[in-house]
Parts: sequence; structure tokens; C-alpha cells
Amino acid sequence: MSSYIPNTDADRRRMLETLGLDSLEELFEVIPARQRYPHLDLAQPLAEMEVRKLLHGLAEENADLDHHPCFLGAGAYHHFVPAVVDCIVRRGEFYTAYTPYQPEVSQGTLTSIYEFQTMVCELTGMDVANASMYDGATALAEAGLMAARVTRRDGLIVASTLHPSYRQVLRTYTQGIGLDIREVGYGEDGGVEFQQAEQLLDEGMAGLMVQYPNFLGSLEDLLPLSELVHAVGALLVVCVDPIALGLLRPPGEQRADIVVGEGQSLGNPLSFGGPYVGLFACRQKYLRQMPGRLVGMTTDTTGRRGFVLTLQPREQHIRREKATSNICTNEALVALAVTTYLAIMGKHGLRQVAELCYHKAHYAAQQIVALPGYERLFGQFFKEFVIRTPSPPTEVNAHLGERGIIGGYELARDYPQLTDCLLLCVTEMNTREEIDRLVRALGEIGSGA
Amino acid sequence: MTEPLLFELSSPGRVGCRLPELDVPEAPLPEKLLRQELALPEVSEREVVQHFTRLSQLNFSIDTGFYPLGSCTMKYNPKLHEEVARLAGFTEIHPWQSESMVQGALQLMYELQQYLAEITGLPGVSLQPVAGAHGELTGMLIVRAYHLHRGDEGRSVVLVPDSAHGTNPATAAMCGYEVLTVPSDSRGNMDAHELERVMDETVAGLMLTNPNTLGLFEEHILQVADIVHEAGGLIYCDGANMNALLGIAKPGELGTDVLHLNLHKTFSTPHGGGGPGGGATAVTEELTPFLPVPVVALRQEQETGTRYYLDHGRPLSIGRVSGFNGNFGVMVKAYAYLRSLGASGLRQVSENAVLNANYLLHQLKGYYFLPYDRLCLHECVFSGRSQAKLGVQTVDIAKRLIDLGFHPPTVYFPLIVDEALMIEPTETESLETLDAFVSAMRQIAREAETEPELVRDAPHTTPVSRLDEATAARKPNLKWEG
Amino acid sequence: MEPTDRKYTKQHEWAKLEGDLATVGITNYAQEQLGDIVYVELPQPSDTLSQSEPFGIIESVKAASDLFAPISGGVVAVNEELVDRPELVNEDPYGDGWMLRVHPGDESGMDALMTAEEYEVHLKTLEE
Repeated sequence: MSSYIPNTDADRRRMLETLGLDSLEELFEVIPARQRYPHLDLAQPLAEMEVRKLLHGLAEENADLDHHPCFLGAGAYHHFVPAVVDCIVRRGEFYTAYTPYQPEVSQGTLTSIYEFQTMVCELTGMDVANASMYDGATALAEAGLMAARVTRRDGLIVASTLHPSYRQVLRTYTQGIGLDIREVGYGEDGGVEFQQAEQLLDEGMAGLMVQYPNFLGSLEDLLPLSELVHAVGALLVVCVDPIALGLLRPPGEQRADIVVGEGQSLGNPLSFGGPYVGLFACRQKYLRQMPGRLVGMTTDTTGRRGFVLTLQPREQHIRREKATSNICTNEALVALAVTTYLAIMGKHGLRQVAELCYHKAHYAAQQIVALPGYERLFGQFFKEFVIRTPSPPTEVNAHLGERGIIGGYELARDYPQLTDCLLLCVTEMNTREEIDRLVRALGEIGSGA
Repeated sequence: MTEPLLFELSSPGRVGCRLPELDVPEAPLPEKLLRQELALPEVSEREVVQHFTRLSQLNFSIDTGFYPLGSCTMKYNPKLHEEVARLAGFTEIHPWQSESMVQGALQLMYELQQYLAEITGLPGVSLQPVAGAHGELTGMLIVRAYHLHRGDEGRSVVLVPDSAHGTNPATAAMCGYEVLTVPSDSRGNMDAHELERVMDETVAGLMLTNPNTLGLFEEHILQVADIVHEAGGLIYCDGANMNALLGIAKPGELGTDVLHLNLHKTFSTPHGGGGPGGGATAVTEELTPFLPVPVVALRQEQETGTRYYLDHGRPLSIGRVSGFNGNFGVMVKAYAYLRSLGASGLRQVSENAVLNANYLLHQLKGYYFLPYDRLCLHECVFSGRSQAKLGVQTVDIAKRLIDLGFHPPTVYFPLIVDEALMIEPTETESLETLDAFVSAMRQIAREAETEPELVRDAPHTTPVSRLDEATAARKPNLKWEG
Repeated sequence: MEPTDRKYTKQHEWAKLEGDLATVGITNYAQEQLGDIVYVELPQPSDTLSQSEPFGIIESVKAASDLFAPISGGVVAVNEELVDRPELVNEDPYGDGWMLRVHPGDESGMDALMTAEEYEVHLKTLEE
């Protein structure tokens, strides 16, 4: 027997004897007889070497990014993960620990979360950050619920340039509370349609939710929007790409009230969609309405510095139905990867990564629009941009696939006006050779090859 | 020695990681949008490694020792899983990649769905939720969608036992429900008479945990299920305690309509210090149309044979609950676990988990007050009330256990037991460890009588002693200001 | 011994009428049960209280409880000291730990409350 069970039959016999029982079955007599010991129709158990082989086989059936240059982004990004990150995250003391409810034996986890909170505040320019949410999408959804709580209003305006999946999760999360969600469209520059936003923003609205850079890759100045929002007593919620914040003005300096984002780019692999990590930060005055765990600094009985979970009464295990959220387990280990990544990159490294993305993306865009039949839409961008293709995007991607290249995101999925467009992403992981290869392959389509 | 923070180690000019030179021409930067200051630390790689390695040594973890947190199932995390989860074929694939390129991943997810369906007796499974509470929210939104779809808009209440985990009422409130509590009886079961009294057509459903948070199997479960179903309600089961029932009983056969599972409890994926988790939700056939979208499905194609795909065509779905596919990296580990154990292995897990817990119950019975004196399942709940009378509270007992080399059990939960101590050994602990834990607990019980200050002032052996939580809450310091 | 110059609710709030103003706070039993108070969320002056309805939240390290209005009326003053020193509620629940001063909407509201003796009897039942 394994199942990672140390006890032997002899051990079990001794224990049963101590209990005055004859068999294990006696422990389960409380289960109704008809439902007891159901047959489980599962495959035979495999030994470790067989499981390893099986999993290798499944992994090999996937075409991975180590073997295919990738220009696909749309919320999940191929960024560099330094070796240090996995080395730390693999330490058993970190990954086999539980939530730090007993602080005296959890200072490792608690200290690193405090560092995480600090760095998220620094990146976003906000006053307080929590210990993490599940992902960017649920962080956004919780921000919507929080804005409604804080303002006691039940309307939300959401930019259509906010990630489509995130908007879907927001709708799922708010369906039970009955929030009125309206969308504001985008203008020619790819940013929020200002006039429309102005019309929609009234005193029934709890907040305006935008993305920076937005889903179409575009950058916009948030200050004018923040003025509109605050004029009606609503909150500005900004969803960020944290890599971009290595280069760009943070939303905190543009008067955002709540900032959320997806931390996957900071030291975590794509992993087919998860585990990722939601970033959540807000202004000091909203601290007690913030969902999620918080770690605070304090001292012990001898005056030594230490860290504890704090403001727990807001959370589910104490406040129960009046909690700010039901969140319990979050993404602590992924947040640790973020912390390690930001530590190893530091102020210069993160800026450099952002610049590499920016310049490479602009080089790619410039080369592509020089090809006949291709056009770039919208204004300023960071690492993603939209191109109109001479052939249907599915054909373009198929052609790229034949050349061993993973192409862009087909915007027809979510934007009826952009069915002939692809969203391309370029990061520091794309070499000039790869970009040139992409451009050559795209050029073959344009010229009818 | 207090560990300095990264910001205290920082020194201008230190470089952690070298990046390649720019290999394309520079484009003009958007001057007006550039940030001026970015106060991240500047430390070298060596310092980063030293810092985090030393921090890790301040943690207690399963790898270091016994961690009997009730309701958390701190079982051993197999190392094979860490290895296979890191294969590039799993980590270096993009969630939006075309499905023909990721058939291995989709197959793994599909088979995991099937496994969990078989284990629970509930055929509709979504792997999208990433934590137990997330799975709960998903499940309760399904309950809500089901009633609305039937045209029943009058169900505004959800019933919850008084022993429920805090996420249950928090989740119900997030779904717009009012929460009513049903008391437990003297044997620790939900009081079926009280349930009958409050169950009517305004109740959408009952959220229960089975075995419950006292570690006890709900003896009236079939009756409870009937009461709720007859009035048109649904049963939501919090599957946090599934470690007691693998191969022992299927929740789907005990009246459960919706269930969430914790991959990071029952299915051995690591807790990570508070995530990432996996919170799969399983439902009956009737509720399957409401599952979050997409679900991993299978079809047969003429040319390519078996094809796995993400099924988005689900008009009754409650919608997406995660930005992408859920915690795939966690699913790989749960899948490897299930392929290693098979049906026989799973049953052994529950048998040993339950035997271990009953052994502890028996050995500690004379030393701590046992509020419900009956066989437990995978965890047992004691009360520290006898010690409290001597001025030693459960929090003190917990801290003293740390001195004796053990992580404390869950304390002060469930709320219906005063000075509660909830102990869950799991199946992956040896008899020697259990005996050592028993000795330690007995020692503390003695100390409570003979040397109470030793217990009240514990822990004495940790890097920090008890921390001032009141000041941390009154004057929150949540980030480094330098 | 509970002060006899005021009246009490089952939820452990007290109201002390002096002229046309009532002062409101929580009892010693309540502060003991809660433990170290870390935060008190109170209404604004000019808010209205409704008898038996929640008017605020009191947080300790391990708990957060609603505060229920002992009487109806308009809030005239709020104890600003509690912002920086919530521990006043623990130290002096009947004096410096006061929470609100209220202009009672209706004199008979006080009649619905318990006297000090009745409250003490109520406390005894809780201990059983």
C-alpha cells in the first residue's frame, strides 16, 4: 500500500485494538448501508515511474512556447522568469505551509506577503494592497462589488476595452446582487469614448472600470476620466498590466481609487491559464472595505518586529455574511513568485523589461504596416497592438501555424467591428529574428503567396 | 535576529538580473505617460536567494512536521507532482492557443473532470474555480440560476448550520441571499426537526458540510435531504471534508445536488502558504447546464478521432468565474495523484484518515473535554474548557504545542464549541507521530494544572513570541515606508 | 454592578438620558466579550437612528459585531476620540468610551429598555 500512507497493517491493528474495534469497517457504520462503499470505476493505480511516463506523454502532445515563437497575449503573457523564482517557490517551507494563522511559525510567509503588499503599492502608486486575489478577472469583479459597497450605489460603467473574460467574470459575480452594468465604447484612438462616458456617469453609478493598457493594447491618459468620475462621487477602478508599470505612470498618480491587475507576467509561466494572481490595491480611506487578506507589521512581547494577518474581522471567518468577500485561500505562492521576481528585477530590471517590450512591439508594428494589405488601428500602445489583415484572421493564424508561429488573438471573438483584426503581442521574449520571421510570414499572405 | 526586508537590503546600483541588449531600433517613448520614480529594491541575486531562503526557515510546514489543522487536510504533498507540473508541455502553453495544439492539456482536464465525477457521484464538473470559496460561489450561483430558470423568484433564503465555515454565509450573501441558521442537536448533527420547521418555499437551499465541521457524519443526512428536496430546495455540500469519504460514500448518493471540492486539501496539491488552490464544483445531471463556461468536452471527429475542446456553447451557464481556464498547474498535480492512487488507494486514504482521527480522539479523551462523544470521521473536535477554568485558554494550548514541535490544530472553530480545538491528522502521518502528539497534548494538560504560566507565556522557542495583534489592527502598517 | 443612571438593551448597549440628549455606548460585558477593541465605525452627526436597528460596527482583533440603536433619534455628536483610541471602549465603557449623543425622537423609547437590575438578570441567564 502506498497512497503516501506510512502506517502498516500492524500499526492499524494496534490502533484498532486501542479503540476496541475489530475492523476498519466499524468506523463507517454511521454511513447508511446502501450508500456505503460504492464502487469507484477508475483506472488501476500506477507506480511513480508509470505516472511520470503518462504525464510526460500528455505534456508532449502540447505545442509549447519553448518550441514556437509566440505573439499571442490578450491577458496572459510570455515573459521571462528568472531561475531564482522557481528555486524559492520550490522550497518546501514555503509551498507546503498553510495560511499563516499562527504567526509565530509563519514569519517567512508573512514577511514575504508584507513585501508583496509594499511592492504592489509602489508599482500601482496606491496606499494599500492586499495579499492577493485569485486572478485579475476576479480582482476586477471584487473591485466592482467594493465600489458598490463604498458608494452604496448599484450601477457600474465598464469600458468595452476591458478584457472580455474579465467583463464576463464581473457579470457572473454581480448577478446575485443585481448591479446595473453598462458598457462604454471606444473611440478612434482606442481609448474610452469620452462623451459617452460623460453621459453614462451619473449619481447612480458606483464606478467606472477601465484597463491600462487596455485590451486592444491602447494607452490613454486617465486624469480626464478620473475628473468625470469623481465629479459624480463615483470611484475610478483601473485594471493594469504590471509590466507596463515599469515604464508608465501608475494609476495612483492619475487619481485611481482602486487598482487591480493580473500578476502572472511578474515571474509566472503561462501554465494554460493558471495559477495566476490577482493584484488589488486602493486608497487608504477604503481600507476597511477591501476584500482579501492583509498582513501588518507589529512587535512581539520582547519588542521584536514581526508580521501578522490583520483586520481579519472584515473577512469571512469572522464577519461571515457581512464579510467584504468570501475569499479564503488566495494565491500566496504565486504572490511569492511575484515578490521574488520584483526583487531580482528591481527598479532597473523591470523598467528594462518594459522598454524591451515597448521597442520590440513598435518595431514589429512598424514592419507589419509596411507590408501591403496591413493596417494598424488605434493610437499609442505598449506591447500589444491591433492590425487589420488582408485575409481573414483565422487564415492568417493558420498560415503562421504552418510556419511554426503562434499568431495573434482573433478579435472577432469579442468585437463585432473588428472581425478582420488580430491583436498581436510582443514581449522581451521575442527576438528580432522571431519578429522578422513573423513579418516575412505575414508578408507571404499579403502578396497572395 | 530580525530578518531585514528587501527594502532594507537595497543599495543603489545593485543588479539582480541581466537582460539582453535591445536588438531592434528604439521607438520614441510616450513622454507624457512615463513614470518618474519606481522605488523597487535594488539587490543582487545572491541577496535575493539568501533573503528568501532565510525567510523560509522561519516557517513551519508539512515538510517540517505534523500539521493537524482541522478542516484543512494538511496531508503530505508528493514530490512527483512538483516535477510533472513543471514540464514545459504544461507550463509553456497559452490559454488562448488553438485547441489542436493543446490536446494533451485538454485531455488531462477532461479525465480529471471524469475522475471527480465518479468519486462524487455528480456527473457535471467544472474545474474553473480556483479555491474552495470560489467553488462555493460557483455552486450557489448555480442554485440561484436553477430556481430562476424554473420561474421561481420567491426563494430568497439559504439555510446554513450553526457549525458552518464562515465562507458559507459569506458566499450566500454574495449571491443575494438572506442567511438563516439551523442549530445542531446534542449529538452534533443538524437538528432535523428545526430544519423542518424553517424549510419552506422561500428557501433556495441548504448549505451543509458532511462530515460536518465537528468531524461527525450527519446521521440524518437522508432525512435532511428529503426535507429540503420536498420543499423544492437544493442541497449544497461543502466538500472541504471529502478526505473522510473517498470510496466510502458518494455525496451524489446522499442527496447532494451541488458540491465543491478542494484540490489543495483532499487531492494533495500543496497549500502554498495560502494558495494556489483548486476548487472544482460538481453537480447533478439536472444542474449541469448551469456550470461555468467553458467546460472541457469530447467529440469524435472523422479525420482526427478523439478531439478534446472547450465547450462555450452553454446558454444556461452562470458565466465565467475565472479569467482563463482555472488553475491548470494545480489540476496537473491532482490528476497525477488520482492516477497514482486509483480507487483502492483512495479508499485507503479515507480509512486511514478516519482511523488516525479516532485514535487521537480516544487517546485525548480523558485529558480534554469532548463535546460529542461518538466516533468521528477524519477530524475530531475538543474543547479546552477544563483548562480555561484554570486560566489556560485554547490559544495558550496552541502556542505551547509549538514549543513541543507541532503546528497547532485549528482553534476557535467551529463556533458552537467553546475554546474549540479541531484536530485533523490526515492519513499521511505515522503512528509514532500520532503518539508523540498525544504525549505533547497530555503534557500540556498537566502543565495547565501545575505550571500554567509556562503555557500562558508560550511559545518560548520561536523566532518571535506572541505578537501584538491589537496594535496591528488599530494602527495598521501594511507597507514599508522606509 | 451596572450603573443605575442609565438603561440597557439585550444586545448590551446602554442609553443615558440627560435633559433632551441621550448618550449611547456599550456595556462592560460587551467590551469584555469582544476583547481588545481596534476600530469603531459610527454614523455621522445628523444621521438618524432607528431603535433596534444596527447603527455601526465594533471590531476587535477576533470579532466584528453590529451595534444596535437602543433608541430612535437624530445623532448630535460622535465621540471622535475613538478614532485614535478605540481602546477607550475597553477602559471606560460607561464614561470616556461613550459613542454617540442622540436627540431622542420619542421619549417612550427609553421605556422599552431594561433597568440596570433587569440587565443584570439578563446577564445571569447568559452565563448558564
